[in-house]
Amino acid sequence: MNELRKSFLVSLWFMFLTFPIMVIRVNTVEKIVVWRWENMAMIGIGSFVLSFVWRWAIRRKEASDAVAASGQKKTGRMAELAENPSLTNSLKALFLVGFLVTPWLVTTYQTNILISFLLYVVLGLGLNVIVGVAGLLFLGHAAFYAIGAYSYALLNQYFGLGFWFALPLGGVFAALAGIALAFPVLRLRGDYLAIVTLGFGEIVRLLLENLSDITGGPSGISNIPRPGFFDIKLSVADANIYIYYIVLALAIITIIAVSRLKDSRIGRALQALREDEVACEAMGIDRVGVKVMAFGLGTAWAGFAGVIFAAKTTFINPASFTFFESAIILSIVVLGGMGSNLGVILGSAFLVLLPEYLRAFSEYRMIMFATAMVLMMVFRPQGLIPAKGRTYTVDDPDLVTADGGANK
Amino acid sequence: MDWQYFMELFLGGLTRGSIYALIAIGYTMVYGIIELINFAHGEVYMLGAFVGLIIAGVLGIMGFPAPAILVLAAIVAIIYCASYGYTMEKVAYKPLRGAGRLSPLISAIGMSLFLQNYIILAQTSDFLPFPRLIPDFAFIEPIAHVFGSSDFVIVATSAFFMAGLTLFIKYTKMGKAMRATAQNRKMAMLLGVDSDRVISITFIIGSSLAALGGVLIASHVGMVNFAIGFLAGIKAFTAAVLGGIGSIPGAMLGGLFLGLSESFATGYISSDYEDVFAFTLLVVFLIFRPSGIMGKAKVEKV
Repeated sequence: MNELRKSFLVSLWFMFLTFPIMVIRVNTVEKIVVWRWENMAMIGIGSFVLSFVWRWAIRRKEASDAVAASGQKKTGRMAELAENPSLTNSLKALFLVGFLVTPWLVTTYQTNILISFLLYVVLGLGLNVIVGVAGLLFLGHAAFYAIGAYSYALLNQYFGLGFWFALPLGGVFAALAGIALAFPVLRLRGDYLAIVTLGFGEIVRLLLENLSDITGGPSGISNIPRPGFFDIKLSVADANIYIYYIVLALAIITIIAVSRLKDSRIGRALQALREDEVACEAMGIDRVGVKVMAFGLGTAWAGFAGVIFAAKTTFINPASFTFFESAIILSIVVLGGMGSNLGVILGSAFLVLLPEYLRAFSEYRMIMFATAMVLMMVFRPQGLIPAKGRTYTVDDPDLVTADGGANK
Repeated sequence: MDWQYFMELFLGGLTRGSIYALIAIGYTMVYGIIELINFAHGEVYMLGAFVGLIIAGVLGIMGFPAPAILVLAAIVAIIYCASYGYTMEKVAYKPLRGAGRLSPLISAIGMSLFLQNYIILAQTSDFLPFPRLIPDFAFIEPIAHVFGSSDFVIVATSAFFMAGLTLFIKYTKMGKAMRATAQNRKMAMLLGVDSDRVISITFIIGSSLAALGGVLIASHVGMVNFAIGFLAGIKAFTAAVLGGIGSIPGAMLGGLFLGLSESFATGYISSDYEDVFAFTLLVVFLIFRPSGIMGKAKVEKV
């Protein structure tokens, strides 16, 4: 009874809260007011039901927090499956073959969607190095994407450089910009760092918009050539498939590089720094050097992706690289699970593929992802597929104490 | 030196600055108490402008006189934004208390995107015209070409509310509880301060001031759009940082400083780089002077 009353009050509150925005639509020019009472009924019923779910979820979370606090370790089903090597290897092979043959089976339009999916995978994995592994909240990823895209467009326009020359250069420029940004901002605390990177991203975008003599201003640069294939002129559809394979290769390289990075010396240093900076410095980890490297390694991927993006669309303008873009990439990382590469791939699949194939859903895409971002933080901060640290098991019975924990 | 031009820029900066200051207070108060950059605060300001527009539209069609519409629209916008601020805190930030620094910030970014898309879906993504509600005062006529009556209303209202807030923080019991919570939340709780209530009130006050800013600026500029909150939010945050985040007088000062320097920079240097200027100021200050203009001196929080 008490629960019912609580939910009733919640639904009343939300009906009140959403009243002017959801119900009234006013046209001040033609002086027409539209009252949409059906929305209010929907909000009322929806919030009534959701408040039950919300309280149940909160209780469940508190219970699981209590379990975690008592020291019991719990592994999810997903995590267990992900640990089985024969299963994961065959799955990987299956996916690879699937991705290799798809462009020949589907339309150009579908290939385009897959290209943008793979671009987001690359962007997400790059950001994951900074946000997930190093734990630095970074809100300016789109700026480095822009640096990559504009490097290709401008180098091509002014120096006639081809795609294959621009691809590594785009990555290098983005990495250099990342490193240049890293030095001054590294002493900042987490939340300040986030705002500074956001400011940096906006400055880059505004500069691109205002330096019209060089960058074409808000109207951008058009007629960027698609990558050439040994001097053979490809048709648009074929060029698209060609680009698809380039992105696929880049995505695979990124996946391999990033997952190797995580367990490397730098990767472990980054994860350690995320946990405790002072202890790390005491252990002799070069705090500045390692973090600068994280910035460079993360932003370089955005640069590569940017070059491919420019080649794919053949037209770029600053409007493609707003804060919104950075927020989308961030939400991919957050949804998937910070620090988990599989999670990032899944996150970009959700963000790019689902709205594309569920048309009814696409209008609500951003609001659902925004909601998911909040809910994820509240209920599952580790993401869909939590990152797994390296684990070591001790077999020597002399080193294992009675309660199963390792002794020293 | 052209005095006329200088005064024009100065007064324009004053108007901008008081709006920045109104919004910045919300950032700074929340930061002072729970050390969270409430990323969705700019969206609350946008929401205030929208609620104001809707109410003003309905009342306008019903035939109310303009000054009454302005006052009523502002009051309703304040009530609604206060409720939104309160609810936002309960839903998105309260469950995250004690979960580190980054989770609430990501949650706040999610909240900000949510509110923007909520407006897009429930209202529109176009620019909407906001009716001109501020009447022309006779006494301001001689300088109306540089400082119109809407500028006057904005500066006067913000000055009034900021003075009220200062008195509230200084002399009421709640204000004392706020100062105590900002200094040391655990200790304040031990001494019987209901910190949840203090946090709620902080959000309510901050959101109300943002709503007021939203209605005022919307009727000054005459345009409303779902995206106005982002830029205003960042600039107000810059103002809060300039004045030393966590300090209310600092936020007021920072707002004025930012408004004036932006106005002079666009007037004397170039208007193309107006936003770049604010962002650069933000980045430079966060990197070199994170404690604000007043520098090393420990700023009093709240």
